[in-house]
Amino acid sequence: MTKSHRPVTQPPPHNAAPSLTRNPFLRATLSMGALLAAFALATLTLCMLTAWLTRPLIEKNQQQALVQTLSQVFPHDKFDNDLMASTVVIAGEPLGYKKEITAYIPKLQNRATGLIFTIATHEGYGGTINLLIGTDRQGTLTGVRVLPPHPETPGLGDKIETKKSDWILGFTGRSLQNTPTKKWAVKKDGGTFDSFTGATITPRAVVSSVHQALVFFNEQGRELVRTNNP
Amino acid sequence: MTQSSDTSGEHPSIAFSDTPSPPSPYRKAALNGLWKNNAALVQLLGLCPLLAVSNSTVNALGLGLATLFVLVVSNTIVSLVRHQVQSAIRLPVFVMVIAAATTCIELVMQAVTFQLYEVLGIFIPLIVTNCAVLGRADAFACKNPVGLSAWDGAVTGFGFCWVLLLVGMIRELLGQGTLCANMQLLLPFWPESAHFSFGPNYRQFLLAALPPGAFITVGVLVALKAGIDRWLTQHANCKKTPIVAGSKRVRVTGQIT
Repeated sequence: MTKSHRPVTQPPPHNAAPSLTRNPFLRATLSMGALLAAFALATLTLCMLTAWLTRPLIEKNQQQALVQTLSQVFPHDKFDNDLMASTVVIAGEPLGYKKEITAYIPKLQNRATGLIFTIATHEGYGGTINLLIGTDRQGTLTGVRVLPPHPETPGLGDKIETKKSDWILGFTGRSLQNTPTKKWAVKKDGGTFDSFTGATITPRAVVSSVHQALVFFNEQGRELVRTNNP
Repeated sequence: MTQSSDTSGEHPSIAFSDTPSPPSPYRKAALNGLWKNNAALVQLLGLCPLLAVSNSTVNALGLGLATLFVLVVSNTIVSLVRHQVQSAIRLPVFVMVIAAATTCIELVMQAVTFQLYEVLGIFIPLIVTNCAVLGRADAFACKNPVGLSAWDGAVTGFGFCWVLLLVGMIRELLGQGTLCANMQLLLPFWPESAHFSFGPNYRQFLLAALPPGAFITVGVLVALKAGIDRWLTQHANCKKTPIVAGSKRVRVTGQIT
């Protein structure tokens, strides 16, 4: 009988850890993983540092942009307060939002002169258009602006921007009193508002949304302004 | 009068040589980045920002400069760590570096040029996906010293930027009828009135303002560049071979090698 040439195997040692680190493949993987983690930490720290350094400036910019937009829809001579300090939180559902939104109350010599709020229409051609509405206490529009970004087509629906045309300025001064409900539509639908060549859906959505905003003001906004008047 | 022998090995300032000295790597990189291997017209990388943001001069210049910054910073950092990073993990590391650089430039733009930041929107963080940036990091920066890598990043960035700027100017002129409008968003010293305009009655060429127009413009530029290259090589070839007057005999017998 010949002895079979079977290799003699030893049982694995109890403590397996030393053999793992002696494995060159695993050691290479671990070292690369450590290097990746080190780089992740370094890049993250750099980003956090930059964010911390730029935060005050960014916040100031965002406030400034907001105030600038707000003052476009309300005449400067009709308010003298800090709009950012004169806010009220209202339910967003009647205005097309899922959660509460912030409305601003402009005041002249501590007496409220109107309301500034946003409304969203989901009937835009490309999606949701956000409008900033300014009204006085009687419910007459003091200004309407489209809040960027909007999804309407460049060259066609984007005429709702003041940069592209003066169309949105045509809302200033209108109210539910001086414009009957039938006339709150584009000319094609029997109303008084122009539509754009090649784009009807966009102006239609904006007109209907501004009308809805005035209805909201009639139903809830007036009361809101009254109760928030010191 | 002693005749100084040239023992230093340095050639005297006037050297008569028939063969031109090989171009320095800096010059070569500049030529490649700006023309021969232009990221936008030759490599056709970074097409997403090139087509989406080139609708006006200020947008194009803003994004071009941001991309240039990211290219220089990422190339420098990648070159600094090129010996420490093992080959198997180099791409994740490069992407992390590029992402950090892009995040930083985005935050700085948000702090310093806020209105332009809002206009450019999502295209600033999209610089991370610009293949030109990762391409230079992997093709050049990880194999070359820091100074040269930074220079390469800069010239690649300038190469991308000038194409972006040219497309931006063409599209703004045709699509909006203005040139350099709103430049004060990027350059605060630019007076708001200092721009060219065809006037409010200009009938805007809509195709130029939309992405298909951008594709067509870039295509035309690529064709123009190819044409210029061909003209240049023809010109150079004409100069190279001097035409010798005289009869030229053509060998038709025997062994023609």
